[in-house]
Amino acid sequence: MAKRIEASNVSSYYGSFKAIDSVSMVVEPKTITALIGPSGCGKSTFLRSINRMHEVLPNARIEGSLTIDEQNIYDPDVDVTAVRRLIGMVFQRPNPFPTMSIYENVVAGLKLNGVKKKSLLDDAAEQSLRSANLWNEVKDRLSRPGAGLSGGQQQRLCIARTIAVEPQVVLMDEPCSALDPISTLAIEDLMFKLKDRFTIIIVTHNMQQAARVSDKTGFFSIDKTGDPGRLIEYDDTQKIFSNPTEKKTEDYITGRFG
Amino acid sequence: MSLLERESSDVVMTPDNIRSQKLHPGLNVGIAVGALVVGLALAYGFGIGNYVLGVVLGVVFYLVGLQIVAGRIEGRRAARDRMWKALIYSACVLAILPLASVVWTLVSKGVDRLDGDFFGSSMNNIGARDPNGGAYHAIIGTLEQVGIATLMAVPLGVLGAIYLVEYGRGKFATTVRFFVDVMTGIPSIVAGLFVLSFWVLIVSPWFNNGTPRFSGFAASLALTVLMLPTIVRSTEEMLRLVPGPLREGAYALGVPQWKTILKVVIPTALPGIVTGVMLAVARAAGETAPVLLVAGGAAAINFDPFAGGQQSLSLFVYQQAGDASRYAPARAWTAALTLVAIVLILTVAAKLLARRNSLSK
Repeated sequence: MAKRIEASNVSSYYGSFKAIDSVSMVVEPKTITALIGPSGCGKSTFLRSINRMHEVLPNARIEGSLTIDEQNIYDPDVDVTAVRRLIGMVFQRPNPFPTMSIYENVVAGLKLNGVKKKSLLDDAAEQSLRSANLWNEVKDRLSRPGAGLSGGQQQRLCIARTIAVEPQVVLMDEPCSALDPISTLAIEDLMFKLKDRFTIIIVTHNMQQAARVSDKTGFFSIDKTGDPGRLIEYDDTQKIFSNPTEKKTEDYITGRFG
Repeated sequence: MSLLERESSDVVMTPDNIRSQKLHPGLNVGIAVGALVVGLALAYGFGIGNYVLGVVLGVVFYLVGLQIVAGRIEGRRAARDRMWKALIYSACVLAILPLASVVWTLVSKGVDRLDGDFFGSSMNNIGARDPNGGAYHAIIGTLEQVGIATLMAVPLGVLGAIYLVEYGRGKFATTVRFFVDVMTGIPSIVAGLFVLSFWVLIVSPWFNNGTPRFSGFAASLALTVLMLPTIVRSTEEMLRLVPGPLREGAYALGVPQWKTILKVVIPTALPGIVTGVMLAVARAAGETAPVLLVAGGAAAINFDPFAGGQQSLSLFVYQQAGDASRYAPARAWTAALTLVAIVLILTVAAKLLARRNSLSK
């Protein structure tokens, strides 16, 4: 079910501005990969290019190739909605749909893509909420608005919503940056659990988090403002945090970054 | 001593004393009453005006007095705060007064003819000496004309706004937006003239053996022209307020763009869209000029908006207000009251309907 992602020489542009330069990496199935680096270094841009979410902005384009199990997602005959069904995404700020209840939020991806049978939707809702460690907290108020939950619960609701459509890959863009330590822990536990089924790529500013949850870590950086971001080093998380090859990586993770 | 303490005359409190005296509410009322008495005394005493001037002077004196007294007791910053608050409340009252006056005048003068005859009969065969006669035909006309205009303008306007917000990029969208803005400024009489020259004089003869004819539908067309820009602009603003991350959240689930718009964006913006539509409907219901030119203003009941002249409430008010009959003004007032009531009921109903769909209760 989980799939392998291979990026080769991916460069991303917003108009004439080059945001990332020639990033290549291979993400194995059923692993957690963390992307770290200073703000503005292009890690979110790279993450968003994996499910073509950057295309929401006008004039955004990509060079190079991104394949998911040998299929290039940027081939001209690829349907962008199909890519996004395969590669789900959790955002920095929880974004439950405000007009929908908790239940409707979880099944939104199924319902809006044409699943009508109530029993199937009910099962999917319960399973996704259980997987997201949220079921016990919300099972008695499924018809209440999703926006009425706390920040951490909303974020788990968004994760439940994402895994309800059973993607192959889950992208997480700083999913814990707006959450307190307890909610963060809940989501990290959840990521370990989801690792059995999904390939997970997470962008984070929290290096302890990267060290705790990920199997592999990629370090992005820029030389100066206006330059494109580069992938400086990509290796096993343990190696990155104990014995990095690049001096820049070491400076960054030890807090000596200029 | 900090820079702020030394240089700001507003600061009366010191690090050792964060308390300051408060103006007693009784004193506040006292200043108000005193100012009012002085104002009225001046107005009547010098014979320069009646109670209106007295009250206006009273408010001014109150503001000045409050500033002086509160300034002594509470310090300058607190006094300024009080004065601005009082000013804002006065402005609010001033803004509501005309509205209250309009409603009161309508109700007090319109209640005379608020009877079954008014809502049950038309002006057919009603002469200058007949005290009865009603606006049944005009109510039908208004409801049909505004209803048809809404049916045409809402889908067009909302779809146009969706295009501008979600799809429109480049020169074409800019041009469309520019012309929508231009259309907002079209005087209603011009919309009426346009429909008169285009629909009534050129198109309608095709359907009527070569003879031009007035119709309720022609009025609907004119009202549509007037409603469209309002609906496009207000819907556009509301759609722009829907946060981008909500759209991205739906895209990330593999939901196609059109379905995201239909099931996520529009429901989120719905209450605002309904408000915009109701503003347009209210404006259209009150329009007289375009209807005057193209509807025909018949005195008899005509249910068919496509054939023969129709009346409308605003046009009815206009005609009755200028009529020579001594019974006409009462009919005009009641018709005006009815028009306001219809718009009010429609607005409240639309708001309730829009709220029922959303979860926020």
